[in-house]
Amino acid sequence: MEHIEKNIKPYEPNFTTMVPTNIVRFFRTCVIWQFIRFIIINIKMLAVVRKSHH
Amino acid sequence: MARVVVLGAGVSGHTASTFLRHWLGKEHEVVVVTPNSKWNWIPSNIWVGCGEMSKEEVVFELAPVYEKAGIDYRQAKAVSIHPEGGENEDKPYVTIEYTGQGKEGQTETVTYDYLINATGPKLNFDATPGLGNGKGGLGDYTVSVCTADHAEHANEELQKLISQMKAGQKKKIVVGTGHGMCTCQGAAFEYIFNIDFELNKAGVRDMAEITWISNESFLGDFGIGGLHLKRGGYAASSRLFAESLYAEKGIPWVIGAHVNKVEEGKLSYEQLDGTEGELEFDFAMLIPPFAGVGLKAYDKKGEDITGKLFAPNGFLKVDADYTAKPYEEWKASDWPRTYQNPDYSNIFAVGIAFAPPHLISKPMKSPKGTPINPTPPRTGMPSGIIGKTVAMSIRDMIEKGADKPTHHASMAEMGAACVASAGKHLTQGMAAALTVYPVVPDFEKYPGIGRDLDYTFGEIGLAGHWIKHILHHMFLYKAKLKPGWTLIPE
Ligand SMILES: Cc1cc2nc3c(=O)[nH]c(=O)nc-3n(C[C@H](O)[C@H](O)[C@H](O)COP(=O)(O)OP(=O)(O)OC[C@H]3O[C@@H](n4cnc5c(N)ncnc54)[C@H](O)[C@@H]3O)c2cc1C
Repeated sequence: MEHIEKNIKPYEPNFTTMVPTNIVRFFRTCVIWQFIRFIIINIKMLAVVRKSHH
Repeated sequence: MARVVVLGAGVSGHTASTFLRHWLGKEHEVVVVTPNSKWNWIPSNIWVGCGEMSKEEVVFELAPVYEKAGIDYRQAKAVSIHPEGGENEDKPYVTIEYTGQGKEGQTETVTYDYLINATGPKLNFDATPGLGNGKGGLGDYTVSVCTADHAEHANEELQKLISQMKAGQKKKIVVGTGHGMCTCQGAAFEYIFNIDFELNKAGVRDMAEITWISNESFLGDFGIGGLHLKRGGYAASSRLFAESLYAEKGIPWVIGAHVNKVEEGKLSYEQLDGTEGELEFDFAMLIPPFAGVGLKAYDKKGEDITGKLFAPNGFLKVDADYTAKPYEEWKASDWPRTYQNPDYSNIFAVGIAFAPPHLISKPMKSPKGTPINPTPPRTGMPSGIIGKTVAMSIRDMIEKGADKPTHHASMAEMGAACVASAGKHLTQGMAAALTVYPVVPDFEKYPGIGRDLDYTFGEIGLAGHWIKHILHHMFLYKAKLKPGWTLIPE
């Protein structure tokens, strides 16, 4: 949690926001998980593209 | 025979002209007037601006592509529109001034049956003293990533800064918007996180103080009044996501800010709450406000009718409801659907060139009365879709004799997919992949948050980075009209 200890100060504007934990950060660059997300995001984006063409 | 003239070969104009050429029979002409010799995939300028791509990787020569496609290409800038013709010309025409093809400075008139204005934005650096050079260009104190050349220059400055940091000098970096009425926050958002990534990679992140400055009243407004995403059982606002990212990366923010002056190493700003302040910098990338490119219009007798054809900000009027109304009365139906000019039915405007009816974000002012609010973005996907939609209508008007546009594409009925890069690397890179549906919130259809939560989502990760990469190659492939290009969606 070094990023939290280093960057957040009490009563600064960033004190009241949510900050990702290490596990969330790990999954952001975990290749296997991101490959699954890649497929899912592509499907979701294509759905938006389809919905946008009339 | 009909002649369609398209002004501008950016995302929307190139889409419109290439589809029209593809659909229309050879007896019809498609003319493209655009001042640049090269097409630029603008989203990847961010990577040029931090040295992860060369300028050559984000541009290609237009002439051979248009020649192969059978498009009449004039490397020129449009100067004026004469929708009723003129003294010696019965047909409507545009006047153009060459910027290339060996005819630099020469002027010409080009008649049209249909005109598509796709001239995009004028980067209005001069709206902020010191941000511009007083001659319409970028000033001496800051950098920009809005064009490929600007991005190349931004990278040169960034690399100098990194060398100085490596030599032990601490530096201040400011990224954001350079005026209270900017749009395109997303590009600055991408750039700041790419700088953070590059500094980490170079091992000098600790030597830099990076600050975000923006005209948004809350982080994550993006000029579309923010958005909500489903996360952990909540409909969470984009503010939470944006703030979270800035907090995680140790980047403080100044928001609701109108930058009113830029000097060497220092900028001054005024905020929505009346605060006035200054930020010092060694390196600053500030997005300029956008305006129309300044085309003039004249009637048959040569009288200036620019104010009839264009809104005061220089964007072309289309079928939107331009009645001035308070925010509470804004409706999704105010937004244009066919992009046809109300006075001249053979003129259309696509992409950034059309005048939006009003802001998407709520209008706000500082106590001094300075408007500080993001203006509406028209990102790549809506620009491409609108370009294609207008091309379909014109095709039907030419070939099927339709007396009005046959296709519609309102930004209040259309989504946008955006991928904001946050570091370029095959396994360590990241991007925020977002979709929003519809772009303009429809509070009648989706009370509360104005959008369909099932089609509005976003997440940060490597997957988004891979998508950004694929989009780069896919859209350059499509723009070069390589085999199967028509199958790639806008
Ligand atoms: C740095 C940056 C990053 C971006 N990243 C993204 C992203 O990741 N995703 C996304 O969806 N959108 C992104 N955008 C927005 C996207 O680039 C625009 O939505 C899109 O380019 C708009 O298309 P357009 O055709 O209206 O304008 P442009 O693409 O700007 O094209 C305008 C064209 O008109 C020409 N022109 C100018 N004046 C004249 C004249 N007088 N006569 C004739 N032609 C003229 C110009 O030379 C140009 O060819 C980004 C923008 C910037 C600046």
